[in-house]
Amino acid sequence: MFIHSPSYFAQSSTSIFSPAGTPSHWIFTLSMFVLSITGLIFLIVAGLLTYALIRYRHRNLLTYNEPTQIYGSNQIELAWTVIPALIVVMLFLTASRVILATQDAKKPTDAVDVVVVGHQFWWEYRYPKLGIVTANELHVPVSDPAHPTPTYLEMSSADLDHSFWVPRLAGKMDLIPNRVNTMWIDPEAPGLYLGQCAQYCGVQHAKMLLRVYADTPQEFAAWVAQQQKPAVEDPAVAEGRAVFLHNACVNCHTVTGTPANGRFGPDLTHLASRDTIASGAVENNPDNLKKWIDNPDTFKPGALMPPMHLNDHDLNAITAYLTTLH
Amino acid sequence: MADSVSGLSSVEAIDLTPVEKPRQLFLEVLYDWVTTVDHKKIGLMYIAYSLTFLVIGGIEAIVMRIQLAVPHNTFVSPEVFNRMFTLHGTTMVFFVGMPILFGFGNYLVPLMIGARDMAFPRLNAFSFWISAFGGFLLYYSFIGGSGLYGAGSAPDVGWFAYAPLTAKVFSPGHSTDYWTLSILLSGIGSIGTALNIVVTIICMRCPGMKLNRMPLLSWLYLVTGSMVFIAVSPLTAAQIMLMLDRYVGSHFFDTQAGGSAILWMHFFWIFGHPEVYILVLPAFAFANEIIPVFSRKAIFGYPAMVAASVGIGFISLSVWAHHMFAVGMGAGANVFFVFSTMIISVPTGIKIFNWLATIWGGKIRFASPMLFSVGFLFQFLIAGLTGIMLSVAPFDWQLTGSYFVVAHFHYVLVGAILFMIFAAFYYWYPKATGRMMSERLGKWHFWLMVIGFHMTFDFMHIPGLLGMPRRIYTYEPGRGWEIWNLIVSVGAVIQAIATLIFVYNLVHSYYKGEVAGNDPWDAWTLEWSTASPPPSYNFATTPIVHSRRPLWDIKHPEDPDWNYE
Ligand code: HEM
Ligand SMILES: [Cu+2]
Repeated sequence: MFIHSPSYFAQSSTSIFSPAGTPSHWIFTLSMFVLSITGLIFLIVAGLLTYALIRYRHRNLLTYNEPTQIYGSNQIELAWTVIPALIVVMLFLTASRVILATQDAKKPTDAVDVVVVGHQFWWEYRYPKLGIVTANELHVPVSDPAHPTPTYLEMSSADLDHSFWVPRLAGKMDLIPNRVNTMWIDPEAPGLYLGQCAQYCGVQHAKMLLRVYADTPQEFAAWVAQQQKPAVEDPAVAEGRAVFLHNACVNCHTVTGTPANGRFGPDLTHLASRDTIASGAVENNPDNLKKWIDNPDTFKPGALMPPMHLNDHDLNAITAYLTTLH
Repeated sequence: MADSVSGLSSVEAIDLTPVEKPRQLFLEVLYDWVTTVDHKKIGLMYIAYSLTFLVIGGIEAIVMRIQLAVPHNTFVSPEVFNRMFTLHGTTMVFFVGMPILFGFGNYLVPLMIGARDMAFPRLNAFSFWISAFGGFLLYYSFIGGSGLYGAGSAPDVGWFAYAPLTAKVFSPGHSTDYWTLSILLSGIGSIGTALNIVVTIICMRCPGMKLNRMPLLSWLYLVTGSMVFIAVSPLTAAQIMLMLDRYVGSHFFDTQAGGSAILWMHFFWIFGHPEVYILVLPAFAFANEIIPVFSRKAIFGYPAMVAASVGIGFISLSVWAHHMFAVGMGAGANVFFVFSTMIISVPTGIKIFNWLATIWGGKIRFASPMLFSVGFLFQFLIAGLTGIMLSVAPFDWQLTGSYFVVAHFHYVLVGAILFMIFAAFYYWYPKATGRMMSERLGKWHFWLMVIGFHMTFDFMHIPGLLGMPRRIYTYEPGRGWEIWNLIVSVGAVIQAIATLIFVYNLVHSYYKGEVAGNDPWDAWTLEWSTASPPPSYNFATTPIVHSRRPLWDIKHPEDPDWNYE
């Protein structure tokens, strides 16, 4: 729907080496520092080992006379205790700085607040100040260093442990029942950032994909305005709406302005504004919608939505209705 | 002269003719093994039992790797995949790692300290059988879990079985009950064995073997045994609490009723982290015996090695929450656990440097035990360095729960521990069977294993860095993960082939191997002074030792080791 929304299959990178936000930049810099130190240690120790193994190799397994015995040396052993200890202290201090900077960062006044709730196997996003509820596709504004608008995520879980991980934006943070964790992200360039649940949460842990859309301020404002509108009441799809309201759909899903106010499944009020369904499992198009409603197991065996057993006529009507929910 | 002082039989006069054994009926043999309380037989049973599980756990790994070789694969269903990694992890830790190391400990500790048996032989047999029953229960879940559903009913909660996934609501049926019971029983067995090993080392040493003269292997088993108490007890407590949650309706971990998921994590990792050291310290123990003998040098810095081992034992008990950097502990707690985790690399580093110094200036013989030890040295070095990366909490926020972590811990579990277990097999097989293992097959095993290992686990770091989480049964194409996963899967198959060669070598050499004699490697510790295989009473006369290398003293009366203590 949005100009920069690539089609579902145009995947972008999830490499931790292409950071696109402040926390991930910090982590990237720290990682490079750690990598170079450990790399150097590896080269030195592995080099010495290789040298010794070649230099002191003895081909004949049977004949040898015993080499000179050395039982130890206090100076040398002291050296290889103290030097590593100093390296550890240095690493510890740099790591601590990044921990404190990330976890104790001050929240700017222009921050966007989002409540994230993890579900088996989808994501719920609520914007309490903006009055928006959506699912699976998170929209946040791009953050400009001159005028930072980071997004603060207040995270919890409705069922099991999950973990929010979009490698280009930040490290992961777990979502745990009965507990609220926070993290913040501030994408520096517009675009789609992918990730996925990183804490095993049952059968379909693998298909609990994350999609974060970083919008320019204008796009974000437009998206907010759109999401705040009531659901479309298109008379052309009244039949589909009736099918929806007379089936078990309403027990689990919400469409604002209708009696459907279930919260077990994703909010469908603006379903058609999303690129994917089932937490990124497949592209959002009428064909996939139909298959999904008929039997969610075709895409996501083990997903908690039951097959709806509708006849073809009803299935078409309900799909037509859902595609109008912009 | 040294001979009469030490009470050891002469090493030169080795009789190489194999002893004719009277033929026994199969049932007699079986009865003999089942009722034995001899530490050597129990040790061998532990080893045979864990080798069986190694093959089973390996098959599970191969199933996972076939499934992940290409994206969107449908080789197994998500349910089966989840059961495979749960069983693989549980099996490898509880029914391969622990018992195989207890097996070697059982076999070697009394021999190396000049004792005739373990302190409590009957407790020893009990511990073995109860652990074995635990392993049996885990696999019985296939048929007992929720009816006869085959692979459909084994546990699927992961080897760390995080709450609340194990609660009745999320895990109905009995598969999780089998998992809990199986861990509980094997835990009881481990605690029994640990007690036995600790008491044996403290009370049963032969005359002259002061604590500072014990072989380093005994020192490391002393530390390991003590850690098993401290670490396995909370695990056992946690399993009981989980059973209460599931059967009686208590709410320790039941988050739907206000229980705590984090509480389980703490309990689990207070066990789980030391567990890594419980597994790796015996691997160090083997390295400490093998590297010196094949370099023809005494171990460099014996006191420092002891101090480092004890230090690792203590520090490892205070680092568990580095598995929880991403659960939202405050910055203060994170900083503390970063420090305790990193500082453990100092004693670990001391060990690596001391091994290096032992090799330095030696005469290195690359027989199979040494080859695997050399593999161990390099691979453990890498494991340690990726461990330092993971201890940097912000880096860990990216890497935990990803394939990078899977690569890291397999460097420890396979690259270090399994490689040293193989080394130990080649080294002590002649003692236990009286025959050498084939060197030619040993070399094939080693090189295939090294190639397979590095193809699998080097390249597994990369998808982790590219954002691939662990425990996913399939993945989307297009993020650069495909090629690495394919290489990794091929590597796993090569490792499986290597392992089969090893198993073949074990069986083949038992019948066809060269006769070994008492002391084929020209070694220095007491086990090599008795016959191969040792008689049931181990030593005809109680040995008396005067230094850390009693057999060296006999072979080199002109320059005995006690001069250097
Ligand atoms: C050829 C050798 C092996 C291969 C190819 C292999 C492969 C794997 C794979 C693919 C996973 C699942 C990763 C995930 O999705 O989380 C795994 C997990 C694991 N492996 Fe291995 N493995 C091997 C040997 C071992 C050995 C020897 C041990 C221990 C002694 C071991 C211990 C574990 C543990 C503890 C887990 C975690 C299970 C869990 O996530 O609950 N593995 N391994
Ligand atoms: Cu999840």
